[in-house]
Amino acid sequence: MDLFPLWNSLRIAAISSVIVFFTGIFAAYKVAKMPRIVKGILDVILTLPMVLPPTVCGYFLLLIFGARRPVGQFLMQFGIKIVMNWPGGVAAAVVVAFPLMYRTARGAFESFDQNLTWAGQTLGLSNTWIFWKVRMRACRQGILAGTVLAFARALGEYGATSMLIGYTPGRTATVSTTVYQLWRTNDEQGAFFWVMVNLAISAAVLLTVNMLEKKNGRLKWRSK
Amino acid sequence: MALEVDIEKRLGSFHLRAAFSCGREFMGILGASGCGKSMTLKCIAGIEKPDRGRIVLDGRVLFDSEKRINLPPQQRRVGYLFQDYALFPGMTVRQNIQCGLHREKDKQKREKRSDDMLELLRLREVASLQPEALSGGQAQRAALGRILVNEPDLLMLDEPFSALDSFLRLKLQTELKALLTGYDRGILMVTHDRDEAFRMCERLGVMEQGQMQTVKGTKELFSDPETRAAAVLTGCKNIAEAQKTGEHEVAVPEWGIRLTTGKPVRDGLKAIGIRAHDFHPDTKENCFPVRILRETEEPFEWISEFRYEHQAAGSPAVWRRYPREFRTSEPPKQLGVAPADVLLLYE
Repeated sequence: MDLFPLWNSLRIAAISSVIVFFTGIFAAYKVAKMPRIVKGILDVILTLPMVLPPTVCGYFLLLIFGARRPVGQFLMQFGIKIVMNWPGGVAAAVVVAFPLMYRTARGAFESFDQNLTWAGQTLGLSNTWIFWKVRMRACRQGILAGTVLAFARALGEYGATSMLIGYTPGRTATVSTTVYQLWRTNDEQGAFFWVMVNLAISAAVLLTVNMLEKKNGRLKWRSK
Repeated sequence: MALEVDIEKRLGSFHLRAAFSCGREFMGILGASGCGKSMTLKCIAGIEKPDRGRIVLDGRVLFDSEKRINLPPQQRRVGYLFQDYALFPGMTVRQNIQCGLHREKDKQKREKRSDDMLELLRLREVASLQPEALSGGQAQRAALGRILVNEPDLLMLDEPFSALDSFLRLKLQTELKALLTGYDRGILMVTHDRDEAFRMCERLGVMEQGQMQTVKGTKELFSDPETRAAAVLTGCKNIAEAQKTGEHEVAVPEWGIRLTTGKPVRDGLKAIGIRAHDFHPDTKENCFPVRILRETEEPFEWISEFRYEHQAAGSPAVWRRYPREFRTSEPPKQLGVAPADVLLLYE
């Protein structure tokens, strides 16, 4: 049994989760501070990939990274091939998973008690320190939830991925594209195996989250 | 003078204008909620930016709109005790206090100083607890400790007792006052509670609708509030419009009486105030026939609502409070007020 799809899915999900973790938090932090109108517009743009069909996201990604497009050609000069290559899977997963991280992080930031930031500032603590040690710690539940959702979404990504990198066994195949491909080619047993792999990963993710939450105890603090 | 403030800020229809100074003393700003007192503290701390003006602390310019100086809160060295204490979640009391010691690079000294502060504030037993496990008083002391180890040049307290129930409040007020006795820097507290202001502060400023009014010694302010807002905030229940009719005499048309005053009446008198405690049946001055409408028993006092004989119809009843032991079987037929107890209000 070739386990390449599992390895490929895991690396795509892991790399895109790391990217989405930082970009999502950064965007959430910046947007939460924007004036209301700008906030509304940016919110629509940043959340759009969540409601668009993934194939539409894939279409836009092809427009950007296509071999004959400026960005695609530019990256090719450095030997980076996005289309029909596994890094394209990362690009697809990032776009689709980003809104999940962004929205949950923003929700957490908005309920964050601003007095905590001010208290830190008046004590002379740097804004960076306050951000990581106070804000992130206070919002860890929302951030954790966002990361898990983003990871799960990236792991299960199908639409944009199949548009952008297709299905090449041993090169671009992921767990979800493999399930479809095997089912299509009447390999019911193979499809069932990968379905079970998918179930096992999802269950493992949820179990990890539950354990993390138990370890931290019930998180509570004065809401105001 | 340690702190000098002269600032203005507009927020929609709200207009904040505060000009005052605070020395090495315990000063208070007394005002109703939403009057701009917390905003004033935030401007001093650098959390909010005034539209124009100047803030100077011990000769250091913290803010100057003309010279375009606006120090970030980190550089102002102004301690701010928040109403909800703003202890960092997920950190123990000791870690919270050590956050105030980040400038101390020597780890041993940092431990020593946080230990000393825990000892001083009787927080040793709860040093390894998280904020949410603390009682209100412990949380307040922890937040105060975090500020004190930071050694700010000014300590600001934003309604420090409002998160506590009334039983604890008095205890913690006296406790905090004792703790801060001998503190060698300025303390600026804002509150809406007149008892708290009276107990804690040496000097008081009254703030109404964003305007800083009378600033004077606490006892003087209570004995001569000068303005209607100050009279209300210091707890004066009875205020009526009045006109000057002589050097030491005012007419109060609403109550249908003329009163002799202790202080000479200046021009521009708007109203007079009489505190509920200052009516006595045996006082001969300003003594007029009254009709008692209702009496209410309090734990240690009685409140009686009464009307003067010639009081204008529709005007609210006058309030009197008196100790339980002064109660007589027959309600008094007349009540007097010492001239010195007639508060002259000019605004």
